Order: sequence, then C-alpha cells, then structure tokens
Amino acid sequence: MSGTELQQDAERQITICNACRYCEGICAVFPALQMQRSFVAGDIDYFANLCHDCGACYHDCQFSPPHEFAINLPKTLAGVRQESYGRYAWPSALAPVFEKNGLVIAVIAALSVTGFLAGMIAWNAPGALFSAHQSPQGFYALMSHDAMVGLFGPVFVFSIFAMLMGLRNFWRDANAVRMVAGPAPASLWQAVRDAGSLRYLDGGGAGCFNEDDKPEDKRRLYHHLTFYGFLLCFAATSVGTIYHYGFGRVAPYAWWDVPQLLGTLGGLMLAAGTGGLMAAKKRRLPDLVDEGTKGMAMAFLLMLHLTAVTGLGLHILGGTAAMGLLLALHLGVVFALFLTMPYGKFVHGLYRFAALVRFAMAKRTGLKTRVVA
Amino acid sequence: MTAPTDQNLADLSVDVLVIGGGNAALCAAIEARRQGASVLVVEAASKVYRGGNTRHTRNLRCAHDAGNEILTGPYPEDEFWDDLMRVTGGETDPELARLTIAQSKELWDWMTGAGVRFQQPLGGTLNLGRTNAFFLGGGRAMLNALYDSAEKMGVAFRYDTAATALDIEDGFFKTARIQGPDGPQVVRARALVTAAGGFEANIEWLTEYWGERARNFLIRGTPNNRGTILRMLLDAGVEPVGDPTQCHAVAIDARSPQFDGGIVTRLDCIIFGVVINNRCERFYDEGEDFWPKRYAIWGRLVADQPDQIAWIVFDEKAVGRFMPSVYPAISAPSLAELAEKLGLDPSALAAEIGRFNAAVVDGDFNTEIHDDCRTEGISPPKSHWARRIDSAPFHAYPVRPGITFTYLGTRVNHEARVLMQGGRPSANIYAAGEIMAGNVLGRGYLAGIGMTIGAVFGRLAGKGAARHVGN
Ligand SMILES: Cc1cc2nc3c(=O)[nH]c(=O)nc-3n(C[C@H](O)[C@H](O)[C@H](O)COP(=O)(O)OP(=O)(O)OC[C@H]3O[C@@H](n4cnc5c(N)ncnc54)[C@H](O)[C@@H]3O)c2cc1C
Repeated sequence: MSGTELQQDAERQITICNACRYCEGICAVFPALQMQRSFVAGDIDYFANLCHDCGACYHDCQFSPPHEFAINLPKTLAGVRQESYGRYAWPSALAPVFEKNGLVIAVIAALSVTGFLAGMIAWNAPGALFSAHQSPQGFYALMSHDAMVGLFGPVFVFSIFAMLMGLRNFWRDANAVRMVAGPAPASLWQAVRDAGSLRYLDGGGAGCFNEDDKPEDKRRLYHHLTFYGFLLCFAATSVGTIYHYGFGRVAPYAWWDVPQLLGTLGGLMLAAGTGGLMAAKKRRLPDLVDEGTKGMAMAFLLMLHLTAVTGLGLHILGGTAAMGLLLALHLGVVFALFLTMPYGKFVHGLYRFAALVRFAMAKRTGLKTRVVA
Repeated sequence: MTAPTDQNLADLSVDVLVIGGGNAALCAAIEARRQGASVLVVEAASKVYRGGNTRHTRNLRCAHDAGNEILTGPYPEDEFWDDLMRVTGGETDPELARLTIAQSKELWDWMTGAGVRFQQPLGGTLNLGRTNAFFLGGGRAMLNALYDSAEKMGVAFRYDTAATALDIEDGFFKTARIQGPDGPQVVRARALVTAAGGFEANIEWLTEYWGERARNFLIRGTPNNRGTILRMLLDAGVEPVGDPTQCHAVAIDARSPQFDGGIVTRLDCIIFGVVINNRCERFYDEGEDFWPKRYAIWGRLVADQPDQIAWIVFDEKAVGRFMPSVYPAISAPSLAELAEKLGLDPSALAAEIGRFNAAVVDGDFNTEIHDDCRTEGISPPKSHWARRIDSAPFHAYPVRPGITFTYLGTRVNHEARVLMQGGRPSANIYAAGEIMAGNVLGRGYLAGIGMTIGAVFGRLAGKGAARHVGN
C-alpha cells in the first residue's frame, strides 16, 4: 500500500487485527476493517476517523508494545487522523496549518482579539470601551449589530463551505476502491444516534481508558457537556437572530428569556466539558498519545473554553465597566474560532460523522469494489 | 559472600500463596479472598505480560440450559459430555469431567460478577456461538477485569516474581522460595495453589520426547510456562497424569516469533491447497475432513517432516476464502519462481504439483460439505476440496509446528487437591488450570475447554485452600 509512514504502519497493524478479531465488539473500527482483506490509504483514513480514541483496544491487546507486533491503534490512528485533516483541507494550500496547529490558532486568536480591541477603541468615543453601558443598548453601544453580522456572516459562510469541500474530499478517498451504496437516510439517522450518544466512546460497554489501565475515564461525559453545551450556545444565537429579524426584538434580553437561558446553560456546560477534556488530555497515558496531535487538540479545547468563559463573563459583568474588554475578548475568540473552524480540531466531528455514516451504510448494504478500468 | 539461605531471607507470610497469573490463578485468588483468606499471587511475567496463555484466549465453553443475549441457544450438560468423549476418546477422569461440566454452568455468572464482559461470537467462529462465551476484547481484557476485581478485594500481587523452590514434606507444603526484582525471599503460606501452566515453553524438556526436532518448534503462548512448578511437584511425589510425550500442536506461520505469536499466526488455508515438505513431497491428505476437525493434527505432521518445515501451496482461486493471518503469503507469477522464492527445487515442485493436478477429479467445489472434488490414484490422496493448482499467481505460506500446550500434569481430586503417588490427597496443595488439565482432557482438544477447566478448578482450589486455612 502506498501512503504516509503512519498510514503504512496503521495498515500493518490492521492486517494483524484482521487476523485476530478479538476486539470485534469494542467499537466500529474492527467490524469495519473486517469487511476487507486489503486496504488503500483512503480506507486507513476512514478507519482513523471512525476511531473514537477510547483506548480499550490498546489495553485489551495481547500484542501491544513491547510485543514485537507493536499494536497501538489508538496512537497510530490519532496520528493518521491528524494527517488526514490536512489531506482533506480546502483549499489544499492551507493544509500546512494542521502541522503547527496550536501555534497558528494561538496567533490568530491573539490577532483577532487585538483587532476587536483596536477596532472598538478606534470606532468609539475615547474611554467608551472602559465605561459601563446600560440597557437598552448594551454591548451594541460598542459594536453595532450590523457590524457584527457583516463581520461574522461572511466568515461563517466561508468556513461552512470550506468544511463541506473537505468532507467531499474525505468521502471521495474513503470510497476510492470500495464504495458504499444504498438508502442513506436510515444510515444517516443511525450515524446521528451513534454520534449523538458517543456510542463508540465506551470500550464496547466496558468503559474508556485515559490515564491508566482502568476503564474509569470520564471523557464521554465531558464530551457530551462540550458538544451539547456548544449546541445550546449555538441555539441561543439562533433564537436571538430570529428574535432580531423576525420579531424586531433586539438584545440584550432579560435573564429569563430563551436566548439567555440557553446561552447560560450552554456556556456552563461548554466551560465544564472543555475543562474536563483539557484536564483529561494532560493526564492521558503517554503510550496512547501521538505527540504531533497535542497542540491541535489543546488549541481547540482552549478556544471553546475561552468562548464559554468570556461569554459567561459578559453575562455576569455585562452591566459593569469590564464589559468592553470582555466583549472584545469574547468576539475576538469567537471570530478566531469561526475563522479557523475548517483548519483545526473542529473538523474531527465532521469526518467522524461521515465515517459513522459510511460505516452504517456498509453494514446495511456491504461494500462494492470499484472496477478499475 | 555466601549464598543466601532460607534462614536469613526476608520472610513473607500469607494464608494462601498462588503461583501463576493466568485464568486459573486469578479464579483461585478471588475465590480464596472471598472466603476471607489473605492471598498473595506471584506471577513470573511482568505486568504487561501477566496472565500466560490466558492472554491469548478468546472464549470459554460453558454448559447452559437456555441461550441468553449472547449465547445463541442451550448447551445441555449431556451434549458437552458427548463432545468431550468424542475428542478425548474416553481418556478422561469421568468424575472430574462431570464435575467440570456441571460447574461450568456457573461460570457465566461468576465471570460477569468479576467484571468480565462477553461479546457475540467473532466473525468466522459462528459455529461456536452456542457453546462458547467469547470475551469482549479477548483474553487479556478478561484478565484485566479479573485482576482489577482481585486488587479491589485486597489480593496482593507480585510481578516479575517466579517461585523457584517449594519446601514440601510428605505432601505437606511449608514454604516457597520466590525470586523477584528485590531478590530472593521465602513465603510461608498455609495453603498453596499451583496454577503455573504446562511446560510447553521449556524446549529442553520437549526434546526429551521429541529429540532435536523440538528446537524447531514455535511456542504459541508465553515463554514463562516452563513447567518448573510441575517438575517440583512431581519430584515431591505428586502423581502425574496425562501423556508426557503429547502436546497440542498446530501448523503456524514459520515466520512467527519464537514465543507469544498467539492466535494471529494460525493458517486456515490447508484445505484450499496442498502441503509439501522441503523435498517438495506431499505427505498427508489435506482434505480429509472439515478444517476445525483437522487443524490440530498438522503440527505433529509437520514435526515429522525433515527440518520440521513445510509449505502450504495454493493458487489465486483460493485467495480471500480463508481467515487472513499475520504475514502475507509469498507469491510469484509462476510455480518455478515461487519455488525459487521458497528455496525449493523448481523442477521437483513442478513435478509434484503436476502429479497432483493430473490426479484431480472435477466436482462441485463446496467447503460447506464433504464435496466430491478429490484426487484419484495418488498417495496420499486429497479426499475433498481438491482443485488443480493452475491459476497464477501462485502463493505459499511456510509452516512450522506451533505448540499450544502440553498434556502432562498433576493428578487432582474433586477439590482440586493434588494427589500423591498412591492416591492420598495432599493436605494443603492445590492445582488448577493447564497444570492439571490432563485429568479431564487426556487427549485431543475442545475449543474453549482450557478456560473451563482453569476456571472450575481455580475456583475449587481457591475455596479449598481458604477452607483449609480456616480449619
Ligand atoms: C494462542 C492460544 C489461544 C488459546 N485460545 C484458547 C481459547 O480461546 N479458549 C480456551 O479455553 N483455551 C485457549 N487456549 C488454551 C488456554 O490458553 C489455556 O488452557 C489456559 O490459558 C490455561 O490457563 P492457566 O491459568 O492454567 O495458565 P496460563 O494462563 O498459561 O498461566 C500460567 C501462569 O503461570 C506463570 N508461571 C509459570 N511458572 C511460574 C513460576 N515458576 N512462578 C510464578 N509464575 C509462574 C506464567 O507466567 C503464567 O502467568 C489457547 C492457548 C493459546 C496458546
């Protein structure tokens, strides 16, 4: 098989897994690889993105290091996964962003926050940033709603487009030799359920592993908090947008109003979840960690965490003189998050979901081998 | 400096000492601890490699009156008994065999209670889905759960620690000498459970029966099962059981590591091709019977060939029809080039394959049944699934004997207590697992029964040892 060094090592390991099959009940990766006898690079990327990194197969494997077969799929597939984000990035010129991801994201975030600070100082009356602004205007006193939409809208649209293009690349590669076909809606729904419940971050029911060989890891809970917290925050913004354009109800809203309730709850969940995930990441058993992937994961978690914390900060201190700074911080972080979405860990969710869809389809209707002319 | 004597070694004292760290040892340790005894387990392997051959297992056979969420149907005791009689040809202790089968019924609940999880039968093993419970994640996962439970209950473990001598007087165990990272120590215990496996990793010992041939054997499991404890027990007057010359041997990929290659080195393709030795001669009927019924004869067959090596040769028609294995087949566009790659005489290979091809009688190829694809007029014949080897490219796997376990063991009674020569039970020595499996499995093999015997007698040994301590 041609492919990167990591892909080739993954293929070597997967061939052994295919002969063993003891891990068949642990997650989707093993039944997926057992559908084939030979593998191409796209298959390996597909398996890598199907892997949820629960760590169970490493501790269960009779061939994990120091055994000469050196099976360590969680680590190897994490490396392949990170590489694959670069391979599928659109435009491909931006693929290198994945290599020094932590640094790039940090720089962009810093620039973005500085930009918002500078902008707010330049556009507003001197001292406005550092004084309290009471309702009805709230933070729109510092940056108008239109300016926010004008700035965030295009970035958001671009990011969505870039990610869709990435997904397309991933799907094409995953189906390069063996294709899935058949009624996708049922498989889509299956994948929504599998992703929504993190079905495969559970060691097949025994639990996941993180810092040691005990299946007592809480990452599944933290991830649920993070993901659903993020969704709630997103829902808060969406309801706000509907209020704004549909009903002419302009922020800020009272604490009991829907956007506020969703946003507060979502922010708390997001802050707690990302905090838990970052702490878990720090404790993770070094054997399972691909060093090259650390920066990206931390950068993404930190950005989400900052989004949540600054958002909550605004919520609490919105009426005080700290509001201006907090707003610049919050908007700067969120802007950087949106901008870097297609070029950071955010994409893991998309490719994971696509891999789950493909797995559900393959299970339902099997794989068809493409006839190469 | 003088060598340390037992008097000046640091002393350890415990109710029950368990030697070994596999299925049998853990079942015994957990059971003894549950009865309130203090338990120390000494395991020769390091923590990563703990659990001997149990690490390599995938399932356990257990009788049950009804299927459940995983076992696909009932497996009554009588059927288990019939299966055991069939494979052993009656070479079993009927009382212990009945006991094993009866108590196997408790194992599902017992294992689950100790944190072990089961899964659906693995791809390619659906035929075992009714009779055998497969461990989720395999034997090492199963062991991890048992170790975890045992640790939480307060069982003490020493890794990298081998028992090197036993002080046994007239069938009564007094002390054991252990050798660990901190040097030698003496353990005083009121009861001893020996669960240290067979002697299959002891090549020297194997040469006693197999001669120099044994030096070409590969050991499928742990390098630590050297039979040291078995030897000590037999030397102390324990009665042996099982044929010392016999071992379970299958043909595995010759490129496998000397030890611990495990399940992935097996080759399931013999019925799809022919097997030749280094003189390019076939030597046994490759299609005598269904593969699961014949795979365990091929280790011995290959052991009888010059240099204990053979090759499974097949053609493109067979590719993808059998379970994949760890190493790729050696392939070539022609038989002559294949012979070259294998280091065989190309003309001899061509002649043997030619002879075989000419003898093939066409039929309806079907591996589900004893089909009518066979040879006529050659010896040995290929009785079923014979197809000409004529579709390039051609492929081969080199094979050597892979030893799974040995049959020689210690005789035990229904309490898992070892019996001394003459039939008197030892006061405080118990044996469980591979070290005594020969009591039940005098010959042959039944998938999953190794774990059954280990768990049943492990539990008996643990309970018995604790009871002895309590008295
Ligand atoms: C590849 C393979 C696959 C198998 N698959 C299955 C299967 O699916 N189902 C099944 O039922 N059986 C299977 N078997 C057989 C099964 O492994 C054995 O029957 C079973 O593991 C025996 O358990 P045990 O506890 O007696 O020995 P082991 O699990 O081998 O444990 C023996 C332990 O004793 C330790 N030891 C040895 N000497 C000393 C000493 N002097 N001091 C301290 N410790 C010592 C060793 O380190 C080891 O941990 C398989 C065997 C192999 C090789």
